[in-house]
Parts: sequence; structure tokens; C-alpha cells
Amino acid sequence: MELFQNLALGFGIALTLTTLSLAIIGCILGTIIGALPGLGPSNGVAILIPLAFTLELDATQALVLMTSVYYGAMYGGRISSILLNIPGDEPAMMTTLDGYPMAKKGRAGDALVLSGVSSFVGAFLATIGLMLLAPILARVAFYFGPAEYFALYLLAFCTLGGIGAENQAKSAIAVCLGLGISMIGVDNSTGMTRFTGGNLHLYDGVDFLVAIVGLFAVTEIFVFIESRGKDSAIGVKLGKISIPIKDILATKWTMLRATTVGFIAGVLPGAGASLGSFLAYMSEKSLAKEKKTFGTGDIRGVAAPEAGNNAAAGGALVPMLTLGVPGSGTTAVLLALLMTLNITPGPLLFNERPEVVWGLIATLLIANFVLLILNVPLVKVFTKILQVPASFLLPGVAMVSFVGIYSLSGSYFDLLLMIGFGVLGFTLRKLKIPAVPVILGILLGGHMEVSLRRAMVLSNGDWTYLFNSYISVGLWIAAFIGFIAPIFLRSYLKKPTPIG
Amino acid sequence: MSDRIFGSILTILALTFFVSATQLESPFFADPLGPKNFPFIVSGAALICSITMIIKPDKDPLWPNVKTLIKLFTALIVLILYAFSLKTFGFLLPTALASAALSYLIQPSIFKSSATGLILSLSLFTIFKFGLGLSLFPFPKFLLG
Repeated sequence: MELFQNLALGFGIALTLTTLSLAIIGCILGTIIGALPGLGPSNGVAILIPLAFTLELDATQALVLMTSVYYGAMYGGRISSILLNIPGDEPAMMTTLDGYPMAKKGRAGDALVLSGVSSFVGAFLATIGLMLLAPILARVAFYFGPAEYFALYLLAFCTLGGIGAENQAKSAIAVCLGLGISMIGVDNSTGMTRFTGGNLHLYDGVDFLVAIVGLFAVTEIFVFIESRGKDSAIGVKLGKISIPIKDILATKWTMLRATTVGFIAGVLPGAGASLGSFLAYMSEKSLAKEKKTFGTGDIRGVAAPEAGNNAAAGGALVPMLTLGVPGSGTTAVLLALLMTLNITPGPLLFNERPEVVWGLIATLLIANFVLLILNVPLVKVFTKILQVPASFLLPGVAMVSFVGIYSLSGSYFDLLLMIGFGVLGFTLRKLKIPAVPVILGILLGGHMEVSLRRAMVLSNGDWTYLFNSYISVGLWIAAFIGFIAPIFLRSYLKKPTPIG
Repeated sequence: MSDRIFGSILTILALTFFVSATQLESPFFADPLGPKNFPFIVSGAALICSITMIIKPDKDPLWPNVKTLIKLFTALIVLILYAFSLKTFGFLLPTALASAALSYLIQPSIFKSSATGLILSLSLFTIFKFGLGLSLFPFPKFLLG
């Protein structure tokens, strides 16, 4: 009953003209961003956040706009996977395996429609999963004290790097870099400045938006200049768009299975959408009687990863909203948005600001239908975007990033810092050190230290207090396993390479 | 080798971080953990990881050749100059020049990059100024008076 009341509250907010228009704008922008090769959901959301602030939106509206961009980018990522054999973003990588061969057989339109429908199934059911699971998890989170939160942050750090990286030391280094940066500035407990080197600009600490835009967008500019737009391959012709009802019906169980797998992968901290689509594809392949057709344009190979990655995108919102711990790179960026809006995600958010949570959930339910329309009947419009040359797109991304950050602070120091993060991001990318843990470290470092200090105050400096509840012990064990397991699982998690 | 160099830089960084944390003075009424201990833990972990990177490096990545490195360095200079010039020279001119330069670095065609610079500068200004209402100056302040 409570659920329906909450949903009624949510739809009351979602169905206002402003919120609805923001959701539609977000969906369109997101699909465009997703479709453009090289620009993924995290980059897209990162670039747009500073601009969203200039619109002076309230918390719900800003979150609705950015989450619609996020969902849109997840849908749009498949377009270039299918037509160009280049994933629009990392989670869409698996869609190239069967999507592109299907397109080469002259069924590009069918592949786009089928993947659009499976994206819808994944995202829509995941939003319902979010609606049901988030309040339950939020209730559990009420039992969390500082010791539990400390262990939870540790878990997020151990797992986020763990699965994404090939080398555990490198993921841990990335976390340490982020945590180190988060400590720069005035220490809130004592009022002392730390690690500022006497630079007045750093007294407020490093703004995480500056770090995020630098690490995502500016890095991408350098990467593109290095590759000189090599990626702009010649794609296949789209042809006429019709709805392949037979294929959709034939893959209905595939979509449902992939959604379940993807959603679970999304909820787990650190796994994210890439793992969601990967697991969905692999599990579908292992279930299939005839495995040889996978990789040659099998419809199940198109439906599964798209349902999987979109379900994971919804699933990743669960830990972000209820615990304040993001499940993926893009949700880390969304967390930055919330924190800048002075909203602390966590169990209290559900009680104190129900309009934010339920407004968001209701809008996402509606946004999925908008995205279905954009990505099935209107998909032809978005395929035109693939023709935008990189030499026009990338300077545009650079300028938007600069103006976004400049409009927030008006200081050239922040712009220089952003460029510095861009260079750091490029170096990290070259050395295969993941950038997302750096961001998460900057975002959560302050909270992690505060939790530890509170725990020490409560226990009068007794470190065993960190392990005094079943929840915290469980989280410590999960963190340990999360850090160690990928070393053994690496050979199993090896991704198949797309065909050339 | 790259991992070893980066690992060494990080080792020095972690040690510097550790040393500067020791120099923080704990106030008289500080909490049991104080402002120093968390930095100690993080720099300790960073030290272990960076030494691991030195001892067990991965295969070297494919670094860009000299020509590409010069391009990347030029892009870096363009971005830095753009950051400095935005306030003094207004939006239109620096944006047109910077985006034309970046575009040229990706695809060396004078005509295309000039067009990119011009179109981006004018269209972004219109969107930012009139669509989003940002307070951007189109021309240098000294010209506007």
C-alpha cells in the first residue's frame, strides 16, 4: 500500500510539464551521446552536470534530467555497435559481437529494433526492480553505524577496481590516488588545512566535478587526438525499418533472463553495466543448444547484452540511492551530482526527501517509453548522428567541458586543474589503471574518513569496534573476497574479441 | 618499464604524502584518530601498491610516436591557453581559435578546421548565452569598455 502512495507522489511530480520536458530532453541528449562512438554515459553525464547547474533546477529536476541522459546513453550505445562495429560506449561492446554481423547480412534495421525493444525490457523491468528493492535495502541501511559505513566504502573500493582492472595493485593505486586527493583542503573536524601546499585555491579542496570532467572528457580529447579518429569506420547501410515481431517473440525469454542477470550485476557494487551485458551474453550462450550461431548474427546475441546492460544500469541506481555507494562509473558521476546538490544519498533520503526518490523512479518509468519511441520508430534520425566527424565533435566536447566548469567557478585555476586531470587520465588509460576508482576515492574519501573518525570517537580509539557487528564483519569479508576473487576469475572473465 | 617509472613516481608521492602528514599538528582537543592517521593508512597502502607495480610490472603499453606526442603536447598548450584567455579575450575569439586548432590536430584540413571553429564558436555562444543564460562576454572586455 505504501508503495502505491509513494508511486502516486512520484507520478504527481513526474507528470508536471517541466519534469516531463526535462526527461524527454534528457532522453534525446542521452541517445545522441550514447550513439556517438567514444562518448559514453559517464562522459556525457559528466560534461552536462555543470551545465545543469546553470539552469538552476531543483534537486529532483536535475536528477531527472541527468538520469534520463544516463538511461538514454545506455539505449543509444548500441546504434554504433550495430552499424559501425564500434561500441558507442563500453557496455555496448558485447552488442557488436552479433549486432554487426546481423547488420552485414542486411538486417541492420531488424537488429536496431530488436535491441531497442530488449533495451526497453531490461531498463523497464530494472526500474521496477529498483522500485521494489531500494526501499527494502534502505531499511537495512538504517542499521548502519559509522563502522558499517566504513566497511561499506571499503567494499565499494575493493570491488569497483577489482572487476574492471586487470591488475589489482593498479586498481588499489587508483583508489589511493582518489583518497589522497579527497584529503586536500580544510579538515572539517579540526579546521586545519592539509596538503594544500599553501595554495589558497585548494583550501576548499578539489571540486569533484573538475576532477570528473577532466578525467572523463579531457582525457577523451587526448585519446581521440592520439587515434586521430581512426574509429570512424565505414558502416553498413540501414535500409528500411520494420518491426521483426517474430524475432522479438522468439527472444522473449532471452530478454527476461538477461534482465535478471544484468540487474543483479548492476546492484552489486562495482560490477556495473559492462559486466551486466557480458554475463547476460555469456549465460545465454551457455544455455543455447546451438552455440555456433553466436558471433554470426544470432538474434539472442543481440537481445541478451542489450537487455543485460540496460537492466544493470537500473540496478546500479539501487546501491547509489540507498547506500550512497555507486555501482558503476556513471552512477559515481550521478552521486557527484547529488552531493553537489547537497543531497546525501542513503536511507534517510527515502524518509526525508521522498519526492526526490519517487519523482525519479516515476520519471524513469515514463522515460523508458519515451526512449522506446526514440529508439524504435525514430532510430533512423539518430543513425544520422554517426556521420558527425570526430574533428567537429571533439572540439565541441572540449569547449562544452570548459564552459561548464568555468560557469561553475569562474576561475582559471579550476580549468587548469581540469586539464591536469585530463593529462592524468590519459596516463592512467595508457598504463591500464582504471580512472573510476580515482573518482570514487575523491567522492567518498571524505565520508570514509569521517566514518572512521566517528567510529573511533564512539569506541574511544578501540580499533576492534570496526568489527563489532555481523553487518560490518560480513562487509569486510565481502570486501576481501571482492578484491581477491578477480585474480582467480580473470581467465573466466576474459572477454571475447569482436570480429574485425 | 613504464609501470616501473610510474610506480617509482607514486612511491615518491606516497612518501611525500606520508612525511607531510607527520608534520600536521594535532590540535589539543582532537578526536582519537586525529587528522594524521587516515593519511597514514592511505599513504601506506599506496606505498605497498606502487612497490608492487615496480616489482611486478605489466607489459609496456604502446606509447604514441614522436609526431603524435608533439600533437598531444600542442593540444595541451592549446587547452591551457584557452583556459587563460577565456576571461580576458571573451568567448568568441578564443573558442573559435581553440576549436579550430583541436579540429586541425584530429583532421589536418585548414578549410574544415576553420569552419569547425567558426560554427562551434557561434553556435555554442548562442546556446550558452541565450539558451542557458550564462554570463559570457562575446568580445574582449577592453573592447566592450
